[in-house]
Amino acid sequence: MYPFTYHRPASLEDAKARLAESEDGRPLAGGMSLLPTMRFRLASCADLVDFNGIEALAGIERSDGDLRIGAMTRHVAVAESPEVRAAIPALAALAGSIGDVQVRNRGTIGGSICFADPAADYPAGLLGLGATVNTDRRSIAAADFFTGLYETALEDGEIVVSVDFPIPERSGWAKFGNQASRFAVVAVMVSRAADGAVRLAVTGARSYVFRVTEMEQALVANFSEEALEGIAVSSEGLNEDLHADADYRAHLVGVMAKRAVRDALTR
Amino acid sequence: MDGVSVTFTVNGRGVTATVDPRTLLVHFLREHLKLTGTHIGCDTSQCGACTVHLDGKPAKSCALLAVQLEGAEVTTIEGIAGPDGMHPMQAAFKEHHGLQCGFCTPGMVMMGIDIANRHEAPDEVTIRSELEGNLCRCTGYHNIVASIAAGAKVSRAHARDASG
Repeated sequence: MYPFTYHRPASLEDAKARLAESEDGRPLAGGMSLLPTMRFRLASCADLVDFNGIEALAGIERSDGDLRIGAMTRHVAVAESPEVRAAIPALAALAGSIGDVQVRNRGTIGGSICFADPAADYPAGLLGLGATVNTDRRSIAAADFFTGLYETALEDGEIVVSVDFPIPERSGWAKFGNQASRFAVVAVMVSRAADGAVRLAVTGARSYVFRVTEMEQALVANFSEEALEGIAVSSEGLNEDLHADADYRAHLVGVMAKRAVRDALTR
Repeated sequence: MDGVSVTFTVNGRGVTATVDPRTLLVHFLREHLKLTGTHIGCDTSQCGACTVHLDGKPAKSCALLAVQLEGAEVTTIEGIAGPDGMHPMQAAFKEHHGLQCGFCTPGMVMMGIDIANRHEAPDEVTIRSELEGNLCRCTGYHNIVASIAAGAKVSRAHARDASG
């Protein structure tokens, strides 16, 4: 690791001040991606601002039609939360499928979405459930939040405070995880709102999360696995690596979409 | 870079040190405290050999900075044995031959204790899925799974006696 100065603010205001003072400051959330990346010297910063002491940023709240999850809420808390399990069971399943027990005990929703790994699970959760990201200065729809490979719409110094998930009528999660890392080779979140609107988002397959409109339209007409029969996703532009080539990933999108729908229908 | 002072508890003992902020918890345990039972098996935060309990929950000590632990309670493999000798989970690993080279064992035992804490009577499927974050290159896991199932049984019996 390259040297840095460590800060442990107790409040969001204090953290913002530390970041504003620094020419090269970085927030540290769960650290499950950032710290290994810094160890490899792929990332560095002059000031590391640790958010783990800011208790106000962690927690889960349910209001009428929404679930609000604080940015520093750890994956284990989402996976085990009775509120999340009751309101959006697929979101609890998603959180419980991230990494492993040790990673889920530390990793946070805010850290995951800000890092925007192309194979991370939460981006599909946010886009597939139509979530809104609340920052210290504005609210950003999930569709506008993820903008590229490890890229988000966040401005310099902008901090994610919480994520709002509208509670759908049904939600389903299906993941084909890498055997070693448990990152998604391909994973799908599908949801159907009370008004019949369907969202189907895919992570792991491209440089960043995306929706499959053709599948969504078919599911609006008929929310069943059969409705997806014969809808193929082009392999053009899909990720290729030693774990899966583009054709295989395209195939997996179809398989995971069907499994996600089945999951939604059986929860 | 200036050192940062940090105070926390390791195996019930208070520790105060001034550390370079870059120091990983696992390096602090091994090199500063000479608690070399916690192992470093990979460089990718995947193998789980460095698993310790942080405030009672398993965490990978290679993905934590020592300076992050202000006020925390850390338990390592050195801190689990009771006055009567080995922890029941350690005894179960010995009894069921839950290791070959033994390099992953400290992490496996710490994870096994956590599994026993959270599951009433963990079956094979549960144990295998809970061991996602702990890799073993020798055993094929069979005897590790058997050890944790047996260790969980004994731990529960002990807990009943203690509360009894």
